[in-house]
Amino acid sequence: MSKISSPSLRSPLGRAKGLGSSRSGVSHWWLQRLTAMGMIPLVLYCLISFIMLADADLNTARAWIQHPFNSVAMILLLAVGFYHASLGLQVVIEDYISTKTRRILTLAFTKMVMTAFAVMSIYSILLITLANGV
Amino acid sequence: MTAKRPLSPHLMIYRPQLTSMMSISHRLSGIALATGSIFLVWWLVALAYGGDYYQMVQGVAQHVLGRLVLLGFFAAVSYHLANGIRHLFWDFGIGLSLEGVYRGGYIVMAFTGLSSLAGIYMLFLA
Repeated sequence: MSKISSPSLRSPLGRAKGLGSSRSGVSHWWLQRLTAMGMIPLVLYCLISFIMLADADLNTARAWIQHPFNSVAMILLLAVGFYHASLGLQVVIEDYISTKTRRILTLAFTKMVMTAFAVMSIYSILLITLANGV
Repeated sequence: MTAKRPLSPHLMIYRPQLTSMMSISHRLSGIALATGSIFLVWWLVALAYGGDYYQMVQGVAQHVLGRLVLLGFFAAVSYHLANGIRHLFWDFGIGLSLEGVYRGGYIVMAFTGLSSLAGIYMLFLA
């Protein structure tokens, strides 16, 4: 493939590592797809459950979350979902915000909010499951 | 220093097409879901808190405006889920022809429409 007449600007080490211009290879792309595939059953299951829980009183809703299968499904959905959201928002921000300072600040803010949302919601699930609420 | 040049995804200079409109809608629905997830967080915190606070949040969810937000969230989930699956098919190299892209687009729009109708029934009529 590579002839002496058309040398690549990429070093052999850079080529071997395969990290490309993103400096992180395909990991962002791959994790976006992996989390998407994982969320298909989780979203379907939780969405249908939420619809059936609509207007449920406190004890009914808590009893649903306290079921071990549902606790695990919810925690998985929240952890995977907020990570997926964080990856997706990152791409949008990188595409549309061209000023570097503003881009980095927006990225930092978005990642912090998504992490806070994930921790708040998962902690709530744990409180409901392990201590029946606050 | 703000560069006086158009940013990369040029949305305004092309005639709107199904493909481009569905592409930007995927991003918009994703942003809407990330933002709207604050209501899911709020509901779970209220569920952990219990008592009058849960009653108050439940009242918000039962109000017409709360119901409209829930319908919007439900429609956004439907679209982003269906169109996300369409994207995953593309990643496997399936449905990438012009006809395939349009066929997938119509399927996604039909699914979103039916799902939203079901959402209207469940949230407002049932």
